[in-house]
Amino acid sequence: MAEDLKLHNSLWDDYNQADYMAQTKSGLDEALVRRISAEKEEPAWMLVKRLESLKIFQEKALPAWGPDLSRLNLDKITYYAKAMEGQAQSWEDVPTDIKNTFDKLGIPKAEQEVLAGVGAQYESTVVYHNLKAEFKRQGVIFEDMDLALKKHPKLVEPYFMKAMPNTLHKFAALHGAVWSGGTFLYIPAGVKIKEPLQAYFRMNAKGMGQFEHTLIIVESGAQAHYIEGCSAPRYGVDSLHAGGVEIYVKDGARFRYSSVESWSKDAYNLNTKRAIVEKKAHMEWVGGNFGSNVTMLYPCSILVGEEASADHLGVAFANEGQTQDTGAKVIHAAKDTSSNIVMKSISKGGGKAIYRGLVEVGPQAEGAAVSVKCDALILDELSVSDTIPVMKINNPGATIAHEASAGKINEEDLFYLRSRGLKEAEAAAMLVNGFIEPITKELPLEYSVEMNRMVELEMENSVG
Amino acid sequence: MDLLLVKNLSVSAGDKEILHELSFSVALGESVVIMGPNGSGKSTLAKVLMGHPDYQITGGQIIFRDKDITVAKPEERAAAGLFLAFQEPREIAGLELFPFLFDSYKSLQVARGQDADSVFAFKTKLDDELSALDIKSDWSNRHLNQDFSGGEKKKAELLQLALANPVLAIFDEIDSGLDVDALEIAGKAIQRFKNSDNSLLAVTHYQRVLKYIKPDRVLVMSKGRIAQSGGPELAARLEKEGFASVI
Repeated sequence: MAEDLKLHNSLWDDYNQADYMAQTKSGLDEALVRRISAEKEEPAWMLVKRLESLKIFQEKALPAWGPDLSRLNLDKITYYAKAMEGQAQSWEDVPTDIKNTFDKLGIPKAEQEVLAGVGAQYESTVVYHNLKAEFKRQGVIFEDMDLALKKHPKLVEPYFMKAMPNTLHKFAALHGAVWSGGTFLYIPAGVKIKEPLQAYFRMNAKGMGQFEHTLIIVESGAQAHYIEGCSAPRYGVDSLHAGGVEIYVKDGARFRYSSVESWSKDAYNLNTKRAIVEKKAHMEWVGGNFGSNVTMLYPCSILVGEEASADHLGVAFANEGQTQDTGAKVIHAAKDTSSNIVMKSISKGGGKAIYRGLVEVGPQAEGAAVSVKCDALILDELSVSDTIPVMKINNPGATIAHEASAGKINEEDLFYLRSRGLKEAEAAAMLVNGFIEPITKELPLEYSVEMNRMVELEMENSVG
Repeated sequence: MDLLLVKNLSVSAGDKEILHELSFSVALGESVVIMGPNGSGKSTLAKVLMGHPDYQITGGQIIFRDKDITVAKPEERAAAGLFLAFQEPREIAGLELFPFLFDSYKSLQVARGQDADSVFAFKTKLDDELSALDIKSDWSNRHLNQDFSGGEKKKAELLQLALANPVLAIFDEIDSGLDVDALEIAGKAIQRFKNSDNSLLAVTHYQRVLKYIKPDRVLVMSKGRIAQSGGPELAARLEKEGFASVI
């Protein structure tokens, strides 16, 4: 065993990035999809699903709207590498700028390694064990997605890729074909969990693959808050992230999904997140997007039950060379449903921040109420912000409110803070953090602190 | 020795010259009041001394503690020991008062080459200042000036003055927005701050603040220039006869 490890280490140490890529098969074909399913010892229906998804992926064109994806070479992506999925091979391979950011964020070394995907998992912490015992007592299942498929196939099958069908778009299909890892969360009826479910996932490298699938079922009357991600950049060997999140919020349940995403600056982050919200249930999306080259992310709530409601709160920061094309999608498909969308974007150094929203009110959604508010902060002349709100209102009884603002940092505010001894970049970061405070205050403290520090880092060397 | 020396200062905003070759000085330990009618350039002078980026200095110099700060950044002036209490303090949404106060305190201490107190020691100091200003301590959880009344904003300025511990405090219409009781509290805070090792420069349209700031000298501004100067008796004359009598 020790001998094996030594052998591996010497191999890895000698490989640089290019060597590694040359040895690993890139591109996607049926044989690879079959191999993934076989290695994971999946049930037959999953293989069928994967192959069906592959076919759709191969047939579907890239989206005809949104950011330019022409530089994304889908034949050059490594879709599955069992031993080192989505991870750098060693700490030495993690780019210096990412290591520096970890240091500046004050993340402990051990955790840095996990976040970079080169460390061991941290499942053995006391906190996690206590949580696990409590969950077990309440019937909560909180599991790695691959394991959940093995241990709870009957729970997984009826839901898997139903809210997020593989026909949705090319990257949903791709996800269906090659998904690996992720999270399964099941909250039984009436169980209310006050503390955000989070610690485990910050520490769990498996939750951080590039095609991870998150499936969450919140039964009637249950309540929970799940948070994933971290403001620190996540480093993947490949430049494509196409994760999938599906959430089922049953009658009278309440669920909040918070995520903070920060991919390395060459990554394409093409994520799909959808929730089906039933009668009198409430779904909340809270999201922060930093990093990546291009992000396309529009969490979607499908309000299928009467009086179902959804809140979508989001922050996107587009810095030099980045496009943050983010927003929200809400489908009102029942009476007296309501939705509230609040998005804030910051663009800097030539970055592009685009709010893209779609709100659809069906003819059956009598009494639907929609509120959309988008605020953009544009930090310099080079940067771009755009708002593309689409409303398809097919019921005259719906109430629609839409507000959008775009502005720069107020120079008087900046002068005021600087007159108190704060350097220009610090003062500007404070103003930006003040601007996103309505969103960050919804996050657990350590996440909001980290997000504020991330803003400070993005603001450094920017002005003056 | 002059603490502040303003020499032939000319200042424009856009195409318009607002201050014309203006000169005056403030000695260490001195309290100087600049009075003048609306539009005389008093507020512009206060902002220019603090380094407001909207104004262009087209001539002259500002010397503070023997250093030329004519083109210094606002934060550098603050570190050097200047403080401006704003006429209209800015409302900053989303910025909690406590972290803001602690961060600016730390920045000043670091820039001045002094050790900063721990957050706990700072909290104790803050609580003392809050009670001296008759401010409820839950104030520090509010956002900076956000939804503060006029009086609360001025108290917040005086709180920041006490924490910044400058060598020269500039007050731009410190009494505006204050009722009689709040003015009394503000006056006491100013007296508490003032000692022989620091100086005051108060810019004001009205007399009433002179009850608390006992000026050693009074300057009268008109049309971007110093039109008159004198001792406290000049203020008394203005009170009786109005600005027109002296400019």
